[in-house]
This record gives sequence, C-alpha cells and structure tokens, in this order.
Amino acid sequence: MAFISSGYNPDKPMEGRISDIGPRHFGEFLPPVIAKNFGKWDYHEILEPGVLCHTALSGDKAYTVRCGSARLMTVTHVREICDIADKYAGGHLRFTTRNNIEFIVEDKQAALDLKAFLNNQKFPGGSMKFPVGGTGAGVTNIVHTQGWIHCHTPATDASGTVKATMDVVFDDFQNMKLPAPVRISMACCLNMCGAVHCSDIAILGIHRKPPLIDHEYLDNLCEIPLAVASCPTGAVRPSKVELNGKTYKTVAIKEERCMFCGNCYTMCPSLPLSDGEGDGIAIMVGGKISNRVTKPAFSKVVVPYIPNEPPRWPTMTKVIKKILDTYAADANKYERLGDWANRIGWERFFEKCELEFTAHLIDDFRDPAYYTWRQTTQFKW
Amino acid sequence: MAKHKTPLLDQLESGPWPSFVSDIKQEAAARAKNEKGVQYQVAVDCPDDLLGVLEMSFTDGETHWKHGGIVGVFGYGGGVIGRYCDQPQMFPGVAHFHTVRVAQPNGKWYSTEFLRSLMDIWDLRGSGLTNLHGATGDIVLLGTSTPQLEEIFWELTHNLNVDLGGSGSNLRTPASCMGMSRCQYACYDAQELCYNLTQEYQDELHRPAFPYKFKFKFDGCPNGCVAAIARSDLGFLGTFKDPIKINQEAVAAYVGGEIAPNAGAHAGRDWGKFDIQKEVVDLCPSKCISYEGGKLIMDHKECVRCMHCINTMPQALRIGDDRGVSIFCGAKAPILDGPQMGSLLVPFVEVNKDDDYQAIKDIVEAVWDWWMEEGKNRERIGETMKRLGFAALAEAAGVPIDARQVQEPRHNPYIFWKAEDVEGGWERDLAEFRKRHQR
Repeated sequence: MAFISSGYNPDKPMEGRISDIGPRHFGEFLPPVIAKNFGKWDYHEILEPGVLCHTALSGDKAYTVRCGSARLMTVTHVREICDIADKYAGGHLRFTTRNNIEFIVEDKQAALDLKAFLNNQKFPGGSMKFPVGGTGAGVTNIVHTQGWIHCHTPATDASGTVKATMDVVFDDFQNMKLPAPVRISMACCLNMCGAVHCSDIAILGIHRKPPLIDHEYLDNLCEIPLAVASCPTGAVRPSKVELNGKTYKTVAIKEERCMFCGNCYTMCPSLPLSDGEGDGIAIMVGGKISNRVTKPAFSKVVVPYIPNEPPRWPTMTKVIKKILDTYAADANKYERLGDWANRIGWERFFEKCELEFTAHLIDDFRDPAYYTWRQTTQFKW
Repeated sequence: MAKHKTPLLDQLESGPWPSFVSDIKQEAAARAKNEKGVQYQVAVDCPDDLLGVLEMSFTDGETHWKHGGIVGVFGYGGGVIGRYCDQPQMFPGVAHFHTVRVAQPNGKWYSTEFLRSLMDIWDLRGSGLTNLHGATGDIVLLGTSTPQLEEIFWELTHNLNVDLGGSGSNLRTPASCMGMSRCQYACYDAQELCYNLTQEYQDELHRPAFPYKFKFKFDGCPNGCVAAIARSDLGFLGTFKDPIKINQEAVAAYVGGEIAPNAGAHAGRDWGKFDIQKEVVDLCPSKCISYEGGKLIMDHKECVRCMHCINTMPQALRIGDDRGVSIFCGAKAPILDGPQMGSLLVPFVEVNKDDDYQAIKDIVEAVWDWWMEEGKNRERIGETMKRLGFAALAEAAGVPIDARQVQEPRHNPYIFWKAEDVEGGWERDLAEFRKRHQR
C-alpha cells in the first residue's frame, strides 16, 4: 500500500492551502423543477405513503419518493443510491433531517414506478434496502447517534437498537394510520448527541454505576481541576491515594451524588463508567418540537431502565410497541402522543400502557423536579 | 469469507428495515474484491474489523472505543473527531478510526456527481463507511488514520470546493430545513440565511474560542422540521405578523370532501368525514377561528400562528405576507441542569438579504460577546442565561424587553433592583436616619 499524495506537502503546510470556504451553496444541487420554483410553492399532497406531490404557483409539480435508510451507510451503498438518482431522478437527491432519502421526479407514474422499484431492492440477508414511507401520520426514520459503532461514552448501541425498533414498528413507517406523526429518537448516552429530549418516543442509553477511577494514570491523562469542575453535582473532588507504596494525585467520588451523566469521563478518560451490567436503556415519551396546537414539550421518563439485550433488545421493543399501539387506539385525530397522555392523565397512561410506576420516575433533580409534583386534588383513581 | 464470526450481528440482517450489518458486509466484500484496483490508503479490512469490534460490544455490553486525543488538520481546532479502538491487536483495521465532519449543503440537496466524488475520496482514504448524516447535520465520514487527514482536507477543498464542519467548543455546522426549496410554509429563505451565516462565521466554526459548543438551526416556520427550538443555542424560526390568507372556495372543497385534509397525511385509516368544527375550529389554541354560514372566519389579531389550520387545509390557507424570524436562545439536551427549550429572545426581526442580514448578525455577535465574557468553561449559553438571568441576556443582546418573552410574569417579588432604579440611590446618611429613629 504505497502512500498517495493529494498534493499536500507536510514540509510546507501553508503552500497552496485553501481553508474556511464552508459548504457548497445549496443552489448548485437543486433539481431543475425545484430550482425553477424556489420560494413559489403553492401546496403539497401525500399521494401514497412515501410519495409526495408539491404543486408550484406556476402549475409545475414535483413528485418526491421518500425511503428510509440505516444512516450508517457504505460507499458501495451510496453509489447505489446515486445510480438510482441518475436513472430515475436526473442525478439529484436529498436527505431529510430524519435521514430518509428523497428522489424527485416530475411525473406521477414515474414516482409510482420508482416506489415499486425501491420497495423491491433487498440486501442478501433479507432486509429491504430502500423501504418507501416515512410520511404523514406515521413513524418516520429514527434519528440516532453512534453507539458501540464509534462512540467512547455510549451506554448502549444505536444502530442495533434502531434496527430492532424499526423492524417492530415498520408497518407504521409504511402506513399513515396513527393519530399524528410519531417521532422516535435514539441517543446512546446522556450527552444526547441525538437530542432525544423532545421526542414522542425516546430511546436513551443510561449508565447506572459511578465511574471507575484509574488512579495510576489519572494525573497523567487528565487535568484534575477540569474533571472536578465538570461534575454537575459536585461529586468529584481532588484526592491522593497510595498504591504499592507510591502516592498518586487523583480524585475521589462521592458515589451517592453521582447521576451517571459521564461528563467527568468526557473531561478525563481515566474515569470510565461503561459497564455491561450497569448500562441499559431508559424510555422517554411525550416530547414534541412543533408549535402546532400545543407548545413544544420535553419527553418524560416512563421506563427508568431496561437492560441491554443485544442483538434485538426484545424488552425495549415490546415496551415501545405497546406504547405506540395504545396511543394509536386511544388518541384523537391530530393528537400527538404527549398531548394524548396529558389529556387522559399520566396515571392513566401508565395503566393503559401497562407500565409500572416506580420511585425512579419521580423527579428529584434540582428545581425542575418540584414543578413535576402534583399540587391539586385533581387526579384520577 | 468473513474475517470475524458475528453470530449476534447476523441476527440484524433479517427484518424489513435496512440492515447496516448487511451493508457493512457488502462493503467488506467489495474491498476484498477490489474490482477497480483502488490503492486503499487505510486498512482494506476495516469494515470487517468494525463488525468484529461491534460483535465484541454486543457480547460484552460495553463500548470498545477510546477517548479521541488531539487530531485534526493544521490551523483548525474542529472538524475531526479522534477515535482509537481499545483492542487494536484484535482489530488492527480500526486501531485508528477518526471521523471527518464535512459541511453539508443546506437542506441536504445533492447532485450524484458531488456525492460520487466524495465517495471516491472516502474509498481511497477512509474506511468506506459514512453517516448520512450526523445529528448536527454534517456529512460524517467514519474512520480513517491520522496521515490521511491533511490529504482528505486537501482533496475536499481543492477538488470538491467543500470544507470541514465543526466539532469541539466552537460554532457547530449550522443546519436549516429545506426552506423555500420545496416548502410553501417557509417564512424566509432559511437555507440562504444559514449559508450566509455559515460563511460569515467560518473562523468561529473552525477555531474553538467559545466556552462550549454553539449551534445555529434554521426552521422556515413554526412546524420546526430541524428542531431549532429544542436543540440550538440560537434557533431561528420563521414567522409572520399579518393575517393568514383564506381561500373560501378551497375551504368549501375541504368541507365537501373534494380535498383530503392535512394533505392526505391520515389516509391510512378511516377517520370519517372531515369535520371542520372538530378538526380545525376546536383545535385552534387561541380560539380565533369560527366557521359560520359556510365561511371560515379568523380573528387574526388573536392568532398565535401555530400552523395547525394551515397544515390541515394547505390549499385553503396560506401564511401571511409580513414575514420574518423569531430568535430563540439557549436550547440544549440534558447534562448539568437538565434539558432546556429555546427561550424567545427576539419575537420578530426582518430577514433582509439586501443589507447582508445585519440586524440578525448584530444580535448574534452581541450574544456571543456576552457569553464569551460571562460563560464558564463547558457552559452552554442556555446555562449562562439561567445563571445570570434572561434580562441580562436581553440587555447584552440589545433586545427590548417585551411581554412576549415570558409565558407569565414572575412568581416571586425578589427583584434585583439596582441603585439607579431607586429614587435617591442606595447611599444613605445613617446620622440623618438616627435623627428620626433612636437606637
């Protein structure tokens, strides 16, 4: 494997260097019908699950075929997507904020043909490559993080939990029979790169054991004051220990104050907290982002802990399916999952979804906790 | 023949949803075959070894990736995430497995020519694995070795005219919804504003100078498709001031059943005939709509622009013409004090391309100056705002105080009056006081 130079010369790093040019302008990549009608769209319709039609004031129509993706995708797979875009969609495509792929065509029949083609593409292992769906009152693709694929702080896997979940709710990806859209999101630790805190259903990796302290290495790898300052609850303090007759500068942890957030580990690699037994998943529900009818809302924890059960996390997917099905059967048209839970009351939510309410679900974290306790006689038996 | 046995991962190849395991196996096979004779610059078998290390995590229930360390390109502080496997002897192909963030075109529109060129770079110089896209919006190229980083950066900038995105304590790659490109609800050109601010603040994006990460997100309307209100330190949400435009003929067509409500989003189930009273009038959060004598009537002054009626009858109702953005400050996911929603800092500001969005840039820069002065290390601006108070932020941003900035007035009378707020100030004469009050 000979090294191939791109033209970069490490001896003269500034020579010919281009920097700070930012992204390419989006205008370069718009399909012709999109560029022509930019800012002049009239209305849209969902013709079938996964097929949208946008009509411009000019009368032009753009047909979009939307399909799911695993987000983690290989060069070979992206080239295959490009082949499809070249063949059917004039060499253009886009990704949605929820990691779906969209192809734009200018003819309804072409859109339906493309839908049929995409639904027929399969990996040798049996899964679909480009399932069409993700529109309207259904479940769309799950936004997620890296998990065990690439992250140093996860409490669970992301790609695996998402694959397992999407397989279980797949019918609701390809159909639009729910009362309103349901956004499922996944973040593999409390750092929440996946920002699941405002999702209808959130899968969240959590740790439950305080950090291990690698005393012998800590002072070499970490800035102790930063590790101390990083702890939101003040559980970390400077300390010294004797090991094999040698004194090490290190930290001590007040374990009962630890909320297992991993902030200290991010600042100090000698404080790992991942643990096969301690780690697992919390389920949160009832968040939303849109301002439609009701205000944006945070997700609420309804299951404090489910153990990691790779490869298919059956307990987790069973809980998610039960919540989704109960909501689908009980909520009003247009009513988001959290709005439904608010209407029937959370005590009723737990009953209907057959979830156990435990002490772990009563907030005890700082001021916001108080505002979640009940201060009224208006409750349900 | 697979390099590692992956009995657990193999179970994720069945079921309808696209299997990342099948895809990685397909890449491993393609690299082993190497039909195009690519002179791979990182280990050919890294997809195999990635499956191997992932299988190990599936068995152990623990990650096998180490802390990143300092890697990147010359002169930048962000854009590359260092990553090393903690079992390099077992999985040498992924011993070094750094991520490269590439700035995405706003709205994530692509030509296949661009994507193919990017894939060619990543075939040659990377693992062949990508994320499309990361949570902040970047194109994520997943797994390469340190010597390739400058080469990748050189090829991106020289051959593809594209830059790295942000990571670390800097401005993260801003992201917008698809905006006006394909949405009739966009109240401003979200993509263009996002692009302009991204270009303006390249220095802040590439050279960490902030207390912590800082995210801009641009939603064209209150529907919030990129979640600006929930996950950006400054979120820009399109809005409008004047009446929603009503086409009464189209309203009648919805009532008559000729047009499916909500653009057909509920087609999978029989919800019965469209009931405008129940589905539109009764759901209006500010109760500003009535339906009388076959006409939809809106008291627009009471409208809170939640978008429900427009979403439900997109062919009958249109956003108003007096358009701009609301700016929200301080959203973030948990850690430290828990999750925060963006708080309304600026109810309305014009989006004026003709003066290069100066009114918006003035606010952005004033907010940054305040945060860089007052913020602690690793403190998001939402936390600084909570610690020092919303009024301090508004004052720093030069934004007038407005009842729209709160849901309701304060519950407690513990007001931090300043000396200048009080007649006579705080300097008082004790001797004069004692003339009136004996000890």
